[in-house]
Amino acid sequence: MSVPAIEIENLTKDYPVGFWRKRMHRSLDHLSLEVEQGEVLGFLGPNGAGKTTTLKLLMGLIFPTAGTARIQGRSIDDVAMHRDIGYLPEQPYFYDYLTARELLDYYARFSGYPARERRERVARFLDLVGLASAADVQLRKFSKGMLQRAGIAQAILHDPQVVFFDEPMSGLDPIGRREVRDIILDLRRQGRTIFFSTHILSDAEMLCDRVAVLVGGKLQGVGAPGDIVSIEVQAMEILFELPAGRELPPELATQATKTGARYRIEVPEGELYPSLARLSNMGGKVLSVSPVRPTLEDYFLRLVGRGAPPTHSLEVVTR
Amino acid sequence: MSAASAAVAINTFREAVRDRVLYNLVVFALLMIGAAVLVGQVSIGIDRLVIVNLGLSAISAIGLVMAVFIGVGLVYKEIEKRTLYSLLARPIRRSEFLVGKYAGLLLTLLVNTAFMTLALAAALYYVGRPFVASDVSILVAVYFILLELALVTALALFFSCFSSPMLSALLTLAMYVTGVFSSDIREFGALTHRPTIEFVARVLYYLVPNFHDFNQIGRAAHGDRLPLSLVGQNTAYAALYASVVLLAASAVFSRRNLK
Amino acid sequence: MRPATRNRPGWAAALGIPLLLAAAGLLQQRIDARTRSEALEGQEVLITSGPLLKKLSLGYDSLLADIYWTRAVQYYGSRIGERTATFDSLAPLLNIATTLDPRLVVAYRFGAVFLSEPKPLGAGRNDLAVDLVKRGIRANPNEWRLYNDLGFLYYWRLKDYADASATYLAGSEIPQAPIFMKLMAARIAEKGGSIETSRLILSGLYESTKDPAVRKALLRQLRALKAEEDTQHLDQTLGVFRQRFGRDPDSIRELVTAGLLPGVPVDPLGFPYVIGRDGRSHLNPASPIKPPK
Repeated sequence: MSVPAIEIENLTKDYPVGFWRKRMHRSLDHLSLEVEQGEVLGFLGPNGAGKTTTLKLLMGLIFPTAGTARIQGRSIDDVAMHRDIGYLPEQPYFYDYLTARELLDYYARFSGYPARERRERVARFLDLVGLASAADVQLRKFSKGMLQRAGIAQAILHDPQVVFFDEPMSGLDPIGRREVRDIILDLRRQGRTIFFSTHILSDAEMLCDRVAVLVGGKLQGVGAPGDIVSIEVQAMEILFELPAGRELPPELATQATKTGARYRIEVPEGELYPSLARLSNMGGKVLSVSPVRPTLEDYFLRLVGRGAPPTHSLEVVTR
Repeated sequence: MSAASAAVAINTFREAVRDRVLYNLVVFALLMIGAAVLVGQVSIGIDRLVIVNLGLSAISAIGLVMAVFIGVGLVYKEIEKRTLYSLLARPIRRSEFLVGKYAGLLLTLLVNTAFMTLALAAALYYVGRPFVASDVSILVAVYFILLELALVTALALFFSCFSSPMLSALLTLAMYVTGVFSSDIREFGALTHRPTIEFVARVLYYLVPNFHDFNQIGRAAHGDRLPLSLVGQNTAYAALYASVVLLAASAVFSRRNLK
Repeated sequence: MRPATRNRPGWAAALGIPLLLAAAGLLQQRIDARTRSEALEGQEVLITSGPLLKKLSLGYDSLLADIYWTRAVQYYGSRIGERTATFDSLAPLLNIATTLDPRLVVAYRFGAVFLSEPKPLGAGRNDLAVDLVKRGIRANPNEWRLYNDLGFLYYWRLKDYADASATYLAGSEIPQAPIFMKLMAARIAEKGGSIETSRLILSGLYESTKDPAVRKALLRQLRALKAEEDTQHLDQTLGVFRQRFGRDPDSIRELVTAGLLPGVPVDPLGFPYVIGRDGRSHLNPASPIKPPK
C-alpha cells in the first residue's frame, strides 16, 4: 500500500484582523484530507472559502496555526519535498523582464538539470503549452492566457509527481481550456497526482476522481462527483421547434421557455412519451431530449445557501 | 553559495541590467568628462586632486543610492508582485533566496563600480598625468567603497524583508548616517558623564556599523599609501557585520507569512 | 462632426511651453538682479564652522574642500575689479576649505598672498594670513613652500626680519627644501630690508608657484621693486650731476647729453622716469606701476 500522495491533518490557519490585530479570523478550520497516488482531486469552494489558503500552506508560503501535512510522505517543512511537486498559483505573476524561455530555464535550474537537458526540456514544454512561437517574447507583453500557459509549463516541466493547480483554466479561451484539460488528463494518464482548486464546477465534474468542498474554511464533504450529487433523474428536457404560425397550447406555454424559434420544456419522466406524441401531432420538430440531473452547481448552491455565515464571501488579505 | 542561490543571484543581476539601472554609468561618464575638461579652468594646480575627489565621491554616492534603492525592493518587490510564489514552490530555502538576492545586487554594484573606475582612470589620464605607483591607492579606496556598499546592501535587504520600500530606505539611510557619526556618538556619550547615556552611546557605537573607517577618498586623492593591515581588518569587519545582518534577515524572513 | 473637445493638448502645448518658459526665465533674471543688489557680504558663507561642515559632509569632506577652494578663488576673482571690495569672506572660505582638507596646500598659499595683500587688491589682513599659513605648516610639516610663504609674510608685509629669517631657517631643514631657503635666512639676517633681498624673496616665491593670480600679484611687486631700484640709481646719478654742474638738471635728457646715462631709462613697463619737483627721480605718472609700500 503506497503512501498517500497528500496527507493533510487538522490544518488550521488564523489571521489577526481588526485595527489592533487582536481578533482572529479563522480562514481554515481543521482541514483533514487524504489524496491517493494518481488521483485527481478537485478542491471546490466559493471565493474566500480557504482554497488558496490551503495551497499556500502546503507550498510553505504561509505557516499553519495548527495541524500538519505531508506530501509524498515528506513534511511540508522539508525543502526536499519541493523537488517532487509543481505549483501553478492563482493569477500567476512572473518576472516580466524575462522571456518565456528564460523563465522556464531559470526555474529548471532549481531542479539541477545539466544545461543540455534543461534546454531540451524548456523547448518541449513550451511546445506543449503552445508557447513555442512566443518563446523569446518578454513576459510583460503576454496576454493573460499566455501567462497562464507559461504558468502551467513551469509547474510541470520538472515532471513532478504531485501537481497543484490553482484555477488552471482561468483566463483561457475555449481552445485553451480544452488544451489544459488535455494536459491534465495526460498527466493523470502518466500516473501523477493532481490537486486542483477551482470554482468552475463543470471542469471539476469532468476531470476529477473526487471533489472536496470547502465553505467558510471548513470541509463540507469529500467524494466522487457522482456520489455527492444524486444520479436520480428528476425530469426530461425537450427542445423543439414549431412550424410557422403554430402556437403552443396554453397549459404547455406557461412551462416552456422560448429562445428565437426554439422552445424548451421540462416534463416529468413518466410524461415524456405522451408529451412527445402531442408535439408531433402539433407538427413540432423535436430537436433533442435529455435528462435533467441536479448538477454539482445545484448541490453547491444549496450547500452555500444553507445557513452559511455571510463572512465566508470575504477575501482575507494579509499584509 | 548553493546552486539555487547562484541562480537567484544571476537572475537578480539580469533584472538590474534589464531595468536599465546601468544607465547611471552614462551620467557618471558625462560627469567625469565634464570634470576632466573643466578642472583646469576652475581650480588651479590641483587637477588630479579634484578629479580623484570628484570621481571617488561620485562612485561612492551613486553606489550608495543604488544599494539603497535597489536593495529595499529586493525582497519587497518579489512579495508584492507574487513572483515569489512560484519560486518558493521549488526546492530552495528562504535563506538561499536571500543570499542569492544579496549576491546579485553586489554583483551589479561591482560591475557598475568597475566601469566607473575605468572612467575615472580615463579622466585622470586625460588631465595629463601618467599613472604612478601611488595611484594604486585609488583602487584601494574603491575597494573600501565596495566594502561599504556591501554593508549598506545587507542592511537594505534586511529591512526589505519586512517593511515597505519607503520605510526601508529611511531606516537604511538612518543607519548609514548613524554609522558615519558613530565615533562622535560615543564621544558625546562620554562627555555627558551620565552612566546611562554613556552606556547607550557605547552600545550604539558597537551595534551600528562604523562607516567612518571606510572613507579613504581624501587619502587616496593625496596619493597616500594605505597599509595592507587596514585593508585586511576592514574586510574582516565588513564580512562579519554583513553576515550578522544576513542571518538576522534570514531569521525574520523564514518566519514570515507571505500575503 | 468634429468633437468639441480634443484629448491631446497639441497646439496649447507647442505654444504654451516655450512661452511660459521664457516668462519664467525673465522672471528669474528679475529676481537675480534684485537679490544681487541686496546681497550682503556675509551671505557668501552661511555655515562658518569648518568642523561642523566636516561632520555634515558625511565623509565627502575632501570633495567639499575642493568646492570651497574653488569658491574662494571665484570669490576673489569676481571682486578684484571693484574698488570698494572688502574680501571679508575670503578668510572664512579658505579656513573652511583647509579645515575640510588640511592638506590642501594651494589654499594656504593663496591665502598667504591675497589675505595679506592690501586693499583694494586683497583683504589687507596680515594677521589672518599668518594664522592660515601657520595652520598649514602644522598640518603639512614637510611642505617647505609654506615656510617660504610665511617667510614672505614676515619679511614683506610685517617687516619682521627676525621672524622671517627664523622661518626660512626652519624651512631649510626640510629634506626637499632648496638651498635658496638657507640663503634667504642668512641674507635677511645680514641685510634686513635691502631691495636686493626683497627681490630675491619675491622671485623665489614667483618661481615656486603655478597659480596665475598669485604670479600676477608677485610680478606687480617685482616691477615696483625694480622701479625703486632704478630710481635709487637715478638719484645717485642726479647727485653726480649736481656735483659736476652745481645745479639740478632740467630733465633726464640732460643727464643723457651730459654723458652720465647711455639713454633715457624706462621702467619695467616702458615708461620713462621723470624728475620730480623735489629734485628726485620718480616713476612716470602715466605708468601703472605703483611704488611699493
